[in-house]
Amino acid sequence: MISLDKLTKVFGHGPHATVVLEDLNFSVAEREIFAIVGPSGAGKSTLAQCINLLERPTSGSVIVNGENLSHLNEEQLRIARRRIGTIFQSDGLFSRRTAAQNVALPLEYLGATKGEAKHRVAELLERVGLSSRANHFPHELSGGQRQRVGIARALALRPSVLLADEATSGLDPESTASIVALLKELRDDLGLAILFITHEMDTVLKVADSVARLDHGHIVESGALVSLLRDPTSLLGQALRPTSTPAVLPAGKDQWQLVYANAHVPADWLSTLSLTVGSPISLLGASIETINGAVVGQATIGLNATDDSTIINAALDLGLVAERISEQRPLLAPAPVLEIVA
Amino acid sequence: MSVIHSAVNDVPLDKIPALVFPALVETLIMVGIVMVIVIVVGVPLGALVHNLAPGGLIENRAAHSTVSWVVSIGRSLPFLILMASIMPFTRLITGTNIGIAAAVVPMSLAGVAFFTRIVENSLRSVPPSLVRVARASGASKLQVVRTAQLSEAVPQILGGLTINTIAMIEYSAIAGTIGAGGIGYVAVTYGYQRFDNTVMLVTIVILVVTVALVQLLGDAAVRLTTPYARRSSKRMRRAAPVSSEPVLAA
Ligand SMILES: Nc1ncnc2c1ncn2[C@@H]1O[C@H](COP(=O)(O)OP(=O)(O)O)[C@@H](O)[C@H]1O
Ligand SMILES: [Mg+2]
Repeated sequence: MISLDKLTKVFGHGPHATVVLEDLNFSVAEREIFAIVGPSGAGKSTLAQCINLLERPTSGSVIVNGENLSHLNEEQLRIARRRIGTIFQSDGLFSRRTAAQNVALPLEYLGATKGEAKHRVAELLERVGLSSRANHFPHELSGGQRQRVGIARALALRPSVLLADEATSGLDPESTASIVALLKELRDDLGLAILFITHEMDTVLKVADSVARLDHGHIVESGALVSLLRDPTSLLGQALRPTSTPAVLPAGKDQWQLVYANAHVPADWLSTLSLTVGSPISLLGASIETINGAVVGQATIGLNATDDSTIINAALDLGLVAERISEQRPLLAPAPVLEIVA
Repeated sequence: MSVIHSAVNDVPLDKIPALVFPALVETLIMVGIVMVIVIVVGVPLGALVHNLAPGGLIENRAAHSTVSWVVSIGRSLPFLILMASIMPFTRLITGTNIGIAAAVVPMSLAGVAFFTRIVENSLRSVPPSLVRVARASGASKLQVVRTAQLSEAVPQILGGLTINTIAMIEYSAIAGTIGAGGIGYVAVTYGYQRFDNTVMLVTIVILVVTVALVQLLGDAAVRLTTPYARRSSKRMRRAAPVSSEPVLAA
C-alpha cells in the first residue's frame, strides 16, 4: 500500500522556479495496478523519482505501508527504498553483468552472502521465466527479456510496492503483452501494489485496475478503469476507449454514438433498439470488449431520426448512453492528444 | 659527421645487449611504479571530479572547480617544464635530482593529471540512468561509484590506461635527459650525444616494440572486458536453439 499526500515538487528557486507536480493525492492498494497516464512533460518521471525518493519532494509525503518516507535521512532512505521495487524504461541493465548478476545487484548492495544471493537469483529468474538465460549478457537478450530481468531485479528485496516508469514503452506489442501478463501475475501472487506510469493508452486498458491522468503536474481525472470507460462524460474514459473511423453514414440517416454505461447491456441490444424506435439501424462501427471482467464498449450507428428523446430513452433502458453526432462535428473526434512519446 | 664519429666511438655490437637490456628493465620499472601510482591516485580522483560536477553524487561547485583547476595545471604544462619546475619538490621527497626515484615524481604528477581526466571522461560515457538504478536498488554512494560508474566504464578506462602507459614510456625517455636512466637515457647519451647510430636504432626498435606490445595488451584487455566485443561467445551458440520462454521478442 502506497499513498501520496499533497505531494508537490518544484524545481529551481525564486523567479526560475517551475512547479512540476502540485498537490498530488492518491493511493494504491495492495493487489491494485494503478496507472498514471499523461503526455510527455506532464511530470510522470518526476513523480516516479519522488516516489522512490531519488528526488526529494518539495512538500507533502510519500507513505509506504503506513511509514512516511519523506522525512528520512539519506541512510534511512536507503533502507526504506527496499520496500519499493523500481522498473525502469529501457530496462537499465548493467551492460557488463549477466542477467543473473544484474538481478543480484540489490542483494549485493544489501550485503547478502554469495550463497543466499545465488539461491534467490535463481528463484527470481525462474519467476520471470528466464532461468535458461541466467548467464546471458544484456546484449544477448531481446527487449522483452531485458525488461523481465529488470522486473526480477526490482523484486529481489521482496518489495511491497512496484513502481514502473514507461516499463513497456518502446517494446513490440507481443513483448508488451507478456510484460503486462507478468505484472498481473505478480500482483496476484505477491499481493503487490503496482504503480504503472505510461503514455500509452492501449497498455493502460490491458493492465490497470485504476487510472489517473496527470497533466501539467495535476491529476485532472482519476477512477476505476471500468467506471471511467462506462462514463460517457469522462474525457479520460473517452481517450481510453479504443476508437476507429466508422463506416460512411447512409444518406438520410442521423449518426449516433452509444457508450456502454453499465453492466446490464443485453448482447442483442441492437435489434431491441431497432424495434423500440421503429427504424432499421445501420451499424457503422463498434468496439466491445471485456476489461477486468466487465463488458465495456461503444458503437456508432445510423438511423432515421424520429425524435431524439425517444432514442435517448430507449438506449438508456438498455444501459447505453446515446448522443447524436451532428454533421459539422468531425466524426469521433480524435482523443485528446495523449499518445505522445515521453 | 655522424658517420665519421660512429666509426670511432660506437659501442661494439656484442656489447649492445648488456647496455640496452638493463636500461629496458629500468624503463619498465620506472613506468611500472608510475602506473601503479597513477591508477591508485587517478581512479579515485577521476571519480571524485566526476561526482563533484553538477548532477554528480556529491555535487559541489566550488570543490569541483578547485580540483578541476589543479588537474588542468598538471595537464597543461609540457612535461620537460613540469619536471624542471618541481625539482625542489622532487628533492624534498626523494632526496635526489637524478635517477629513477627522481623521475617517478614528475612522471606520477603528469600521469595522475592525465589519468584523472581519462577516468572522468570514461565515467561521463556511462548512462546516468544506471546511477538511478543503483540508488533505487539501495546502493550506498560508494557502491554506486563502484558498480554503476567504474565497473561499467572499465573498458573505456582500460583503453585510456593504454594511452596513458604509452605516454609514460615517452615521458620516461624525456626524464632520461636528466639522467633518470632507462632506454631514454641510453638513447640520449649514446645515440644522440655520441652519434652512435646503432645504439640509436636499437633503442628506437625497442621503444617501438614496447609501445606496440602495450597497445596490443591494452586492446586485448578492452576486448575481454566488453561483453559484446567477445565475438567467439559459446553462449551465443547455446542461445540459438529452442526457447523455454513464453514470448520471445525479435
Ligand atoms: N531536474 C529538473 N530540473 C528542472 N526541471 C525539470 C527537472 N526534471 C524534470 N523537469 C521538468 O519537469 C517537467 C516534467 O518532466 P518529466 O517528469 O520528465 O515528464 P514526463 O515523464 O511526464 O514526460 C518537464 O517540463 C521537465 O522539463
Ligand atoms: Mg518520462
